[in-house]
Amino acid sequence: MIIQSIGLLIEFKDGRVKKANFGMATAARGENRHLIALVVDASAAEAKASLEAYGVARIINICTGKQGWDPAIQSAAVVAAIEQFEITNLIGLTSPAGRELLPRIAARLDAPLIMDCTEIDLDGHRVKTSQYSGKTIATIALTGRHFIYGIRANVVTPKKAPTEADIIEFAFEENRGTGYQVLETRSDGNGAQYLAESDIIISGGRGLKSGENFKMLFECAREMNASVGASRVAVDNGWVPYAMQVGQTGVKVNPKVYIAVGISGSVQHFAGMKTAKMIIAINSDANAAIMANCDYYAVGDLFEILPELKKQLDEHRQG
Amino acid sequence: MNTMNIYVCVKHVPDSAATITVEGKNGINENITFLLNPYDEHAVTEAAKIKAACADVEVVAVCLGKPAAENTLRSAMAMGANRSILIETERSHDSIFTSRALAAAIRADGQPWIIFTGKESIDNEGMQTQFRLAANLGLPVATNVVKVDVDNGSVRVESEREAGTIDVVRMTTPCVIGAGKGLNMPNYPTIPNIMKSRKKSVRKIGMAELAIEKPAAGMEIEELVPAVEQRAPKALTGSAADIAAQIVDILKNEAKVI
Repeated sequence: MIIQSIGLLIEFKDGRVKKANFGMATAARGENRHLIALVVDASAAEAKASLEAYGVARIINICTGKQGWDPAIQSAAVVAAIEQFEITNLIGLTSPAGRELLPRIAARLDAPLIMDCTEIDLDGHRVKTSQYSGKTIATIALTGRHFIYGIRANVVTPKKAPTEADIIEFAFEENRGTGYQVLETRSDGNGAQYLAESDIIISGGRGLKSGENFKMLFECAREMNASVGASRVAVDNGWVPYAMQVGQTGVKVNPKVYIAVGISGSVQHFAGMKTAKMIIAINSDANAAIMANCDYYAVGDLFEILPELKKQLDEHRQG
Repeated sequence: MNTMNIYVCVKHVPDSAATITVEGKNGINENITFLLNPYDEHAVTEAAKIKAACADVEVVAVCLGKPAAENTLRSAMAMGANRSILIETERSHDSIFTSRALAAAIRADGQPWIIFTGKESIDNEGMQTQFRLAANLGLPVATNVVKVDVDNGSVRVESEREAGTIDVVRMTTPCVIGAGKGLNMPNYPTIPNIMKSRKKSVRKIGMAELAIEKPAAGMEIEELVPAVEQRAPKALTGSAADIAAQIVDILKNEAKVI
């Protein structure tokens, strides 16, 4: 019996394993599979219990000896671990860190990589992902010695499968210069949850009329632990930063609920959110494209509905 | 002083507004509008901006594509590239092969100082050609770059990792920069610039000239199917308070997220 080693590139937020990793581990499990978590410059001991709960049998605690984020060094360290522990399949999240690390790892290994997979067949080395602005679904076959997959967050619901894991220390030293140096990382300090990993997203578009009015969305979001997104019109007008854009040229999201407020629903917007499990649209225009392609729609004035929504969410939260 | 070349790798892609019709098992009907990949517009614009501030810099657009991709190179030249190279092919290729072809064409053409690409293409959305190109040429790479400052011997870029988080990165040159959306306002072609671009050169090279070894690894699209949309919209009606109440109820009892 051949046991396949599946590597999982684990991400942390505030010292804890990000929730999206558990769905990824669930997707990776199967008969004759050995799940190996790769933890880079973080605390493997802290992560142990939560990873064991989802079937991880081994944790490789990679230490680059460097302080802070450096995708050039971290990807080189992961490649060294992949070779050392003979890992043939690596799965990571299509997250901000995954977008930096996974392609660097694939490029170093000259291995195939598909980002934003919605399905992964680890035995057949086949995946499904959307292409052409979400208008088509492609099945892609990978060939090579290693296989790298970037999974879309939330496509698999986490299910527990408790096991016990050992921790192996792996020290990595990069002697060659990478020509890439992170001088500083600037953060606005909001520490907002990354859009693509949120269960609930409330997004605003043209109908919001100003950046100031996005406050109403942030207030509702806070009441239901949601993230705030935006349409292309909203970011192009400078109302909110580009990083908040959901759509073809923005972030692609897959939440349980997507609430579109004052968004007409262009093809380019749908490309980023059409896989949401539920879409709720609020718009003053009954003929907006989104009203015909959602689960629930309300024709009305968002400036009246949002304050009510905030109030009632608050009442619900207070119990 | 030798000319320092800025290369901009561009892709000829279907307009995001075009209707995509699947043809055969894994192709699309290409009788639709194609244009310069939107992220590449930012790349060309930035290259032209750097060129304007430095003496002895030439901007060269490079594309692997079918003969029709010449139109995209003309757009890149109307937006500021001095000349361009079209590596002609009759089929589409994965990023493993594409990055080898682009690297080979750049090596054969001259000395790169900065190589720009878009951070991803809007058709295949692979997000990786810039990294593979850099690995093939042994160069550092930054992605989703929203600011570029050039200096002697190095480049300082701002790479947007996520909402509100920017990595400030110094790279040695030559280097590869994947342009993100916040980099600049694209320098869209004007009629006079379109006229001028017609006189600029598009050098066409065949794949055979580059002698690219067939990679051992690959990614092949086996099947392409239209994405189905099957939602049955239900109306929420009543006053603003009624609508809000229904939404809260749906979030709580149906979606079970609050």
